[in-house]
Amino acid sequence: MMDPMNAGGGPLRHLLGLDNVPAETIQLILDQAIHMKDIMSRPFKKVPAMRGTTVVNFFVEPSTRTRISFALAEKHLSADTVSFSPSTSSLSKGETLLDTARNLEAMQPDILVIRHRATGAPHFLARALNCSVVNAGDGIHEHPTQALLDLFTIRESKGRLAGLKVVIAGDIAHSRVARSNIFGMVSCGIDVRVAGPRTMLPQGIENLGVKVFDRLEPAVEGADVVMMLRIQRERLGEALFPSAREYFRFFGLTNDVLSLADKDAIVMHPGPINRCVEIDHDIADGPRSVILDQVTNGIAVRMAVLHLVNQARLEARGVGTGGPTSVEAMEEGT
Amino acid sequence: MQLVNERILIDATALGRVVRRMAVETIEKSEGLDNLVLVGIHTGGVHLCERIANAIEEVEGERPNSGRIDITLYRDDAFLGLPRPVIGETRIPNDSIAGKTVVLVDDVLFTGRTVRAALNALLDFGRPSKILLAVLVDRGRRELPVQADIVGYNVTTGPMHVVEAELKESGGTDQVVLYKRRTDAQEGGA
Repeated sequence: MMDPMNAGGGPLRHLLGLDNVPAETIQLILDQAIHMKDIMSRPFKKVPAMRGTTVVNFFVEPSTRTRISFALAEKHLSADTVSFSPSTSSLSKGETLLDTARNLEAMQPDILVIRHRATGAPHFLARALNCSVVNAGDGIHEHPTQALLDLFTIRESKGRLAGLKVVIAGDIAHSRVARSNIFGMVSCGIDVRVAGPRTMLPQGIENLGVKVFDRLEPAVEGADVVMMLRIQRERLGEALFPSAREYFRFFGLTNDVLSLADKDAIVMHPGPINRCVEIDHDIADGPRSVILDQVTNGIAVRMAVLHLVNQARLEARGVGTGGPTSVEAMEEGT
Repeated sequence: MQLVNERILIDATALGRVVRRMAVETIEKSEGLDNLVLVGIHTGGVHLCERIANAIEEVEGERPNSGRIDITLYRDDAFLGLPRPVIGETRIPNDSIAGKTVVLVDDVLFTGRTVRAALNALLDFGRPSKILLAVLVDRGRRELPVQADIVGYNVTTGPMHVVEAELKESGGTDQVVLYKRRTDAQEGGA
């Protein structure tokens, strides 16, 4: 699915997904995130880069990690932010998405960060509104900042991306995290393997450039990274597998299974974890787990994304209010 | 845009002497090396800063603390819609300049806007006892009330001039060159 609203090779006007985002754009985001992470470790964790920029966090689906992560990223960059969710908004009064969004836009935000249960909601809003849109997860479609923070965490741990063997295991069909990761990883030259029960593997997934396994063990063999996905009980009911205990027996990550991976393999999970459904306690809390690093890195990566989107927005506006010296000021700075 | 070489302001032989003089002035104007931190502004000031630190070590037998600062996130021209600058590394010893004498180092002082941004960036690392500014070339044409305390070379320039410090560390031949922008009709304008 090509998306003309996405980055292409140019400035990152919106971040709607990683589908069709070139590897160099991903590298740029990851490189800038290194410096953003430095800011987070300083005694004074704030830079004025987005002073005077208004960001609306529009979360029409429950989220703790992503919402807080975006909020902190925005505050570290000095943006002015407002957040709202369905229970506190007119959505519960029957307003349509477009009407809500138009009213939001009438308040003149610069960037809209949206989490929505409907696939394509961010894309729809990016076309309908003038502000920049950042996708914080749309239905079972994409969750690009999660994939970017995963790529950042992998690169931080392994020193590279190209040529690594990464397993993504679990409910691939209903996972926006898996989709975004597959797009991003394939683009960065990673050897991606997906593993899960047949009921959780979408048809034609191999066309995205991944190897498909219906058992966990052969997929994990020799892997550098094992990424376990959450079984989303709230989306699935219990229809796709007989019981959580049975799922754990065949697709849960245990020490026995992990011993098949590379000896330096790391274990990832986008959270929230279902302990003893997809992952064993020992591993989630063990030395190979980078699950909490993922959370920290999420803020840095979102800072990088917001900064790049904001710069692209300013470039697109192309205001030349700086008078005749603006070009010189630029050159002095470089 | 094409640049025409007008003249060499500092050649390779002179550069060594200029840096040594700047090092001695830095020692004189700071109260002891223990409390001194040299901070180069990314990218042009970083290599110069290391050279001054080396020259101080040659004179004093002790190397002062040094770091670097990137001003991308502190610039005042973001809203001009100029091409996006890429963020560089910021590294301040112990993440603090509280109580220190800081010598901020850049290659070319021009409008003063970079220095303004660098001061804001620096002050997020604590309250120093004093900040001094050292530049290899002061080319005038300030747009903000900023002055340098230690200057390698003064030159009067026009708006069409570009001053480049081309150090070996960044692929140059260790000289400072005054260029003029060519803006004839064939260029199509800038």
